[in-house]
Amino acid sequence: MNLDIALWLSQDAITNGAVYALLAIALILVYTVTRIIFVPQGEFISFAALSLATLQAGETPGAVYLLIAGGVLVVALDTSGEPWDLARQRLPGRLARFVAPPLAAGALARLSVARPDALWLQILATLAIVTLMGPIVYRLAFQPIADASVLILLIVAVAVHYVLTGMGLLFFGGEGLRSKPFSLLSFKLGALNVTAQSLLIVIASLALIGALWFLFERTLYGKALHATAINRVGARLMGVSPNLSGQLSFTLAAFIAAVSGVLIAPITTVYYDTGFLISLKGFVGATIGGMASYPLAAAGSLLVGFLEAGSSFWWSAFKDPIVFTLIVPVLLWRSLSAPHSEKDDAQ
Amino acid sequence: MNRRDSPALLVARDVTISYGKVAAVRSVSLEIRAGEVVAIVGPNGAGKTTLLAGLMALLPLQGEVRRFGATSGIPPTVEQLVRAGMGLIPERRELFGSMSVEDNLRLGGFDRWRQGARDGRSDLDGVFDLFPRLRERRDQEAGTLSGGERQMLALGRALMAHPKLLLLDEPSLGLAPLIIREIFRIIDGLRARGVSILLVEQNARAALKVADYAYVMESGSFVIEGSAAALAQDDRVIEAYLGVAATTPPSN
Ligand SMILES: Nc1ncnc2c1ncn2[C@@H]1O[C@H](COP(=O)(O)OP(=O)(O)OP(=O)(O)O)[C@@H](O)[C@H]1O
Ligand SMILES: [Mg+2]
Repeated sequence: MNLDIALWLSQDAITNGAVYALLAIALILVYTVTRIIFVPQGEFISFAALSLATLQAGETPGAVYLLIAGGVLVVALDTSGEPWDLARQRLPGRLARFVAPPLAAGALARLSVARPDALWLQILATLAIVTLMGPIVYRLAFQPIADASVLILLIVAVAVHYVLTGMGLLFFGGEGLRSKPFSLLSFKLGALNVTAQSLLIVIASLALIGALWFLFERTLYGKALHATAINRVGARLMGVSPNLSGQLSFTLAAFIAAVSGVLIAPITTVYYDTGFLISLKGFVGATIGGMASYPLAAAGSLLVGFLEAGSSFWWSAFKDPIVFTLIVPVLLWRSLSAPHSEKDDAQ
Repeated sequence: MNRRDSPALLVARDVTISYGKVAAVRSVSLEIRAGEVVAIVGPNGAGKTTLLAGLMALLPLQGEVRRFGATSGIPPTVEQLVRAGMGLIPERRELFGSMSVEDNLRLGGFDRWRQGARDGRSDLDGVFDLFPRLRERRDQEAGTLSGGERQMLALGRALMAHPKLLLLDEPSLGLAPLIIREIFRIIDGLRARGVSILLVEQNARAALKVADYAYVMESGSFVIEGSAAALAQDDRVIEAYLGVAATTPPSN
């Protein structure tokens, strides 16, 4: 391996590492607020990339209808079992929160189909569609069992993963799609040809990591969100609603996924199930961060990126097994060095 | 203060709370007026903690509860009650164990902060003045505090919210006599500042000393009620809760 190849591999490693880092921080975000290991995060990425490509092909992605149906279902569930006049009193607020935004996202999608040259409109519609799925998925799948153990939450997360993967196949088909690059710009850095696309990925992931770190370490809002995961009853007694915390964390996670999907859509061919593999690698990064530290998880994801790039050079057939084998020593090291319980109720 | 003079902050009528089919609280009625300390004493398993959880909307209840004069058909949520000025220090304390003492306290003021109040700093200093031990340990994880320190933290965290009505579940549980006296002094001080308190206590002697009015709860129901002074003289209460070392001479 000469220097040029090493440099080229590093660029690849850093770009991929940044994508895994986006996943890892979203996983940590969801975990620190809800104790859910959010396996379906990868599906949101696929949905975003595929929606963008579909919009560029001049069609409305089927995910829009899924979103609207989900919103209607949420309102129906919230309303059922309430006395009639109470339900009527609350209906406008619920429609405004769960049905109006999906309809607006649908309108945005239609609009962008009508204007095929407006890339920003396509991106905006994609971000809206995928971000709005977050709170709806939380409300439907997790809110009813929010008190359950980490294991049960994980099992439900796996179930949601399968449902969403199936939906992805239904709406986008089995073929891979790739969207148009945002910018063909690239510049020489020594022997390297740095593309604006990979630079954008790295910048976006650094910015989001910084923002999340700030939110959770430096603001009272972030601590209130985190408090929900540590002690639900305690958080409620401080006036923090666990339902709102959960929905908010899922909204943020889905937004991060939407950004990741939009960023990778032009550089990789994305299939309906591509997200899962990416999310597993992000999970390795998040585990290195102890499911708690954003900077450590980012470093871990970068390590995964380098490991992957290195192994694809030397033993490309074993690329994925090598990365996933890494999780075993990491888990051992983590469980030995940080003996922490899932919940602080041994008080 | 005369009970009749001040407005009722909380009125409960025929409240029943069940775990599945078993009723842990049966047809209980009580009243707390502004500026009052009301005590509930009773043996283990009487339903005191359950009653507090119901009043704080942590458990669903049957019957009617009017809080701060509001009658609504819709049962309020815990979050709405916190906003309205109710606070609960639960028996299990429910601290945020992996957060620092200071963060626990600051979260106590979260809802006020969200409402736009920006006096959290001075509130924090106020709590540290009340419990200097907490100031020494402000960066320590709450989960590593001693039992007494945790009680202080739970009380301090609740005070950060400036409650109008505070429900206290066994604040003296497992504390050394000196600290118990301190806690009861603080309860007295809170009343002087206009905070109303519903106090659940095993330590009946101390509770009746600080309270204005008291209820005795046994197997889910109130069996005796009256002014705290009267209850302290009541033979049944003396025998069951104050021990034989009662100071009152036998009557009749
Ligand atoms: N989650 C629960 N599920 C079923 N039964 C419960 C539950 N919590 C409490 N109980 C029962 O309800 C009754 C009242 O319990 P509660 O904790 O309210 O008593 P308490 O008066 O607070 O007792 P203590 O003085 O020991 O704290 C008890 O018989 C208890 O076993
Ligand atoms: Mg109790």
